[in-house]
Amino acid sequence: MTLITRILSKIGSATVDAVWTLGTASVFIFRVLSRSAIVLRRPRLLVAEMHFAGVLSLVIIIVSGLFVGLVLGLQGYETLKRYGSTGAVGTLVALSLVRELGPVVSALLFASRAGSAITAEIGIMKTTEQLSAMEMMAVDPHARVVAPMFWGGFLSMPLLAAIFSAMGIIGGYLITVVVIGVDSGAFWSQMQASVDFHHDILNGVIKSIVFGAAVSSIAVYEGYASVPTAEGVSRAVTRTVVTSALAVLALDFVLTAFMFTGVH
Amino acid sequence: MDRSMVDLWVGLFVAVGIGALLFLALKAGNVDSIIKSEGYSVSAEFDNIGGLKAKAPVKSAGVIVGRVSSVNFSNQSLRAVVKLDLNKRFQFPKDSSASILTAGLLGDQFVGIDPGGSLENLVAGDRLRITQSAIVLEKVIGQFLYGKMSETNSD
Repeated sequence: MTLITRILSKIGSATVDAVWTLGTASVFIFRVLSRSAIVLRRPRLLVAEMHFAGVLSLVIIIVSGLFVGLVLGLQGYETLKRYGSTGAVGTLVALSLVRELGPVVSALLFASRAGSAITAEIGIMKTTEQLSAMEMMAVDPHARVVAPMFWGGFLSMPLLAAIFSAMGIIGGYLITVVVIGVDSGAFWSQMQASVDFHHDILNGVIKSIVFGAAVSSIAVYEGYASVPTAEGVSRAVTRTVVTSALAVLALDFVLTAFMFTGVH
Repeated sequence: MDRSMVDLWVGLFVAVGIGALLFLALKAGNVDSIIKSEGYSVSAEFDNIGGLKAKAPVKSAGVIVGRVSSVNFSNQSLRAVVKLDLNKRFQFPKDSSASILTAGLLGDQFVGIDPGGSLENLVAGDRLRITQSAIVLEKVIGQFLYGKMSETNSD
């Protein structure tokens, strides 16, 4: 009996804790957003964060995009060969990248490359009491530190996803047209016939914007809420990557259900 | 205003990102869907539209001349009403006929327009009088089997 009550009370406290965290995080993000005017007043801060979150993520995004495209092209070709419609491989590569893999995989890479770094930076600033020192000097750390980081990540993410998709399509082109020898005209024309600007490309961009907001929010919140010890910061970084990955995949399901099913 | 290397890199990053978006829009997608071309809308009634959906192409002599804008059911005539958005550049005689065709054996269905011989052209709001429904594979197979059976019976 005591075991059952203990389990039930554990579940109950974990639920209350989760809702509590959600509330604190929402208040925190709202506070950051309401103090974001600094990004317009001092754009140099934003540029520095976009360099950190966007430019330094370029290598991993470009290389991963290229390899994902190569694999998609190879797998798609092997499957479509059985039906004698290898020309459709361009459609397959482009649609899977633009709709799903581009936004999702780049968001996962972005969370592990830039999100973890943002959490670690804010967490260590908190541990070494730099954030408290700022408050002592009447400098709001929400505005000076957190807001530029959030907006830097938020603005970089759609660009990174677009670069990922474009590199993937180039990768698919290289493996199927240049190496295997699928007809180049069929590759591009079938792709253009089936990729719709509004339905596919714009929805993919919307996805990447939502993922950018989610990953950036999680990263800055986990950093700001971390326990100010070495262990606390390391736990916060882990939580950022795990929570971001789960949030991105869950949001992707919801967005896909809205965008790509039903009547059109 | 002083300029640093960081600015250059971020500028390059933004340029490459927008370039990638343009690449996706222009090279992977079709430009026609971005620029909505001026067109006129005509309708046609069919007994059976098979698997025709909105946004399916409308072709004449194999050239895409428009898109299906909507598919509906009419309570008055008890037939399917298909609205076609035709590009203004293409003009068809008033007595043209519409038929629902299939691209390849298992491909998507589209509307084909066969031009008639009238001297007057279709204008917005017109209805195509002569239509041919989609070929339903089950019916064709049924007719084929029925024909085979009567053949063997007559022997």
